[in-house]
Amino acid sequence: MGITLRFAWRNLWRHPRRTWLTASAIAFSATLLVFMITLQLGAYDLMIDTSLRVYTGQLQVQRTGYLDKPQIRSTIPEAASLAARLRGAGFPAVATRAQGFALASSGSRSYGVPVVGVEPAHEKEVSTIPGRVTEGRYLSDVRAQEAVIGATLARNLKVKLGDELTLLGSGKDGSVAATIVPVVGIFESGNPELDRHFVQLPLATFQDVFSMGSDAHAIVLSGLDLRTLAQAATRVEARLPKDQDLVLRHWEELLPGIKEAIQADMVQNWFTYIVLIVVVTFSILNTFLMSVLERTREFGVMLALGASPYRIGSLVMLESTLLALLGILIGMGCGSGLAVYFHFEGFTFPGMAELYGQFGLPGVIHSKLSFTTLTLGPAVIFVFTVAAALYPALRIRRLTPVEAIHAV
Amino acid sequence: MERMTDNTVVLRNVSKVYRQNAIAVHALTEIDLDVPRKDFMCLSGPSGSGKSTLLNLIGGLDRPTTGEITVDGQRVDQLPKGELARLRLHKIGFVFQAYNLIPVLTAIENVEFVMQLQGVATAERREKALQILMEVGLEGLESRRPGELSGGQQQRVAVARAIVSEPSLVLADEPTANLDSKTAENLMQLLVHMNTEHNVTFIFSTHDKRVMDFSRRLIKLRDGRIVEDERRQ
Repeated sequence: MGITLRFAWRNLWRHPRRTWLTASAIAFSATLLVFMITLQLGAYDLMIDTSLRVYTGQLQVQRTGYLDKPQIRSTIPEAASLAARLRGAGFPAVATRAQGFALASSGSRSYGVPVVGVEPAHEKEVSTIPGRVTEGRYLSDVRAQEAVIGATLARNLKVKLGDELTLLGSGKDGSVAATIVPVVGIFESGNPELDRHFVQLPLATFQDVFSMGSDAHAIVLSGLDLRTLAQAATRVEARLPKDQDLVLRHWEELLPGIKEAIQADMVQNWFTYIVLIVVVTFSILNTFLMSVLERTREFGVMLALGASPYRIGSLVMLESTLLALLGILIGMGCGSGLAVYFHFEGFTFPGMAELYGQFGLPGVIHSKLSFTTLTLGPAVIFVFTVAAALYPALRIRRLTPVEAIHAV
Repeated sequence: MERMTDNTVVLRNVSKVYRQNAIAVHALTEIDLDVPRKDFMCLSGPSGSGKSTLLNLIGGLDRPTTGEITVDGQRVDQLPKGELARLRLHKIGFVFQAYNLIPVLTAIENVEFVMQLQGVATAERREKALQILMEVGLEGLESRRPGELSGGQQQRVAVARAIVSEPSLVLADEPTANLDSKTAENLMQLLVHMNTEHNVTFIFSTHDKRVMDFSRRLIKLRDGRIVEDERRQ
């Protein structure tokens, strides 16, 4: 260990209590940031995963332009065959969907609703709706003449299980699309929009009613690791027919609201974190300032011996770096311990399961462990802490040896 | 510009005026002084006579109001801050009344500190520090911190620190003021030895008559003026 490093380290321990108190403040804020950031990002992952699982999926193959203008004519030819090829290529959850619009009528009421044709056997792999049927059952077969509808829509239409639903819309070729199907299931997806509007039909039935032939509007992929989604997307794109003007959409494009909500929440949380960091920084600044002021005489002697103000300032900066590192290492240790614990055990509080359950979310959040989540907060604190030492270090430039030596 | 001269220190018409609440305090008035190489010179005089101010000006710790100060051929009064720090580092050693050792460094580290500032390699500075500590009679106490040493021992460390980098000039401001008479005498013998063995010019200030007796030249100051300049055997 060099003499300068030894010098700086020993200077820290001139006042052990003060050093420990300052290191504790840094450690506490680092612990808090690691814990909160890992939990926050864990919550975002949960939110994304849960939202995508309900209906959207992680990736969707669509006809170019369908996302912006979802016309019934913008179809994927032989969509089920393409979906089967993707399943064969090892993608774990792939389902085909078609979507149109119709006037849904019960005995007394009518509503304009989106009607979705799904493959019942595969829809369960990409959507939680089949598992969230609260009355009756989900669609039985791709050719069955039946429908499931959202709970709010059922209430609005005053439809019960077994009642018939009349759908009247326009087919792909412009013909009238009309059918009468019994309601075999009512679902509560946790997404109010879906529950208020959605009607699902088996895909083949939908294709018959809406004159779609074997076309569909989307191939939904799910069950992929979000961290390696870009690589998976490249593999999907490589398997798309080049002559059909198809495009692969990522979840951020399909559900931009989630990303925006996460960004807004992140800004709000970082504002809170920055306030915490600034408060800690000022307490550290106070410590450094005291440390420099009480050593004015010593700095005067060092100046007299020929040390430059820059050299003495560097020593003060080194001391602050060591102190910050001490606090941050302790904080990262404690924060990582908490994060690892809550990663495996999950974080919850009384009433959380009921609260989150309303939105289809599980009642427990698992902290997200990664190099970034464990180091981002402490790195920001480190930068602020070292920056806090700049002011006292720069004050040294103003010292004159003769005045400093005679300082009390 | 460095000029070779037979004098380590030359002062011409040096005055220093402090301002205290709009009142001018004349700490030094029109001082002319030549200090030859290897001289062992004592500044004496009552408190407020200007001894410390004169040492501070020669050492480049403070600047004169008027006049010229040359140390080892360099105009101290004209040097910018950085150059002045370099001059102090390489040409001037200081011994203070209150020892002023760095409390968190051991005796040997205090001695090494100046050499580290000079950029001397670790092995070389360790060897030199050990040698000089042995010379000042502190063999075996190298690893002690200042708080673990007596006043006399601390002042010996301070002398070792001042001399180790072989400066042209050592300035000692009342080096024996905090020491008992026996220890003060030992310290002065050490300074004389260093002056002789290392060919270093010494200028020190004191009130103590017994300490003055060690000097080869005695300058008496009163009210910021030199009132007597006595050569001694």
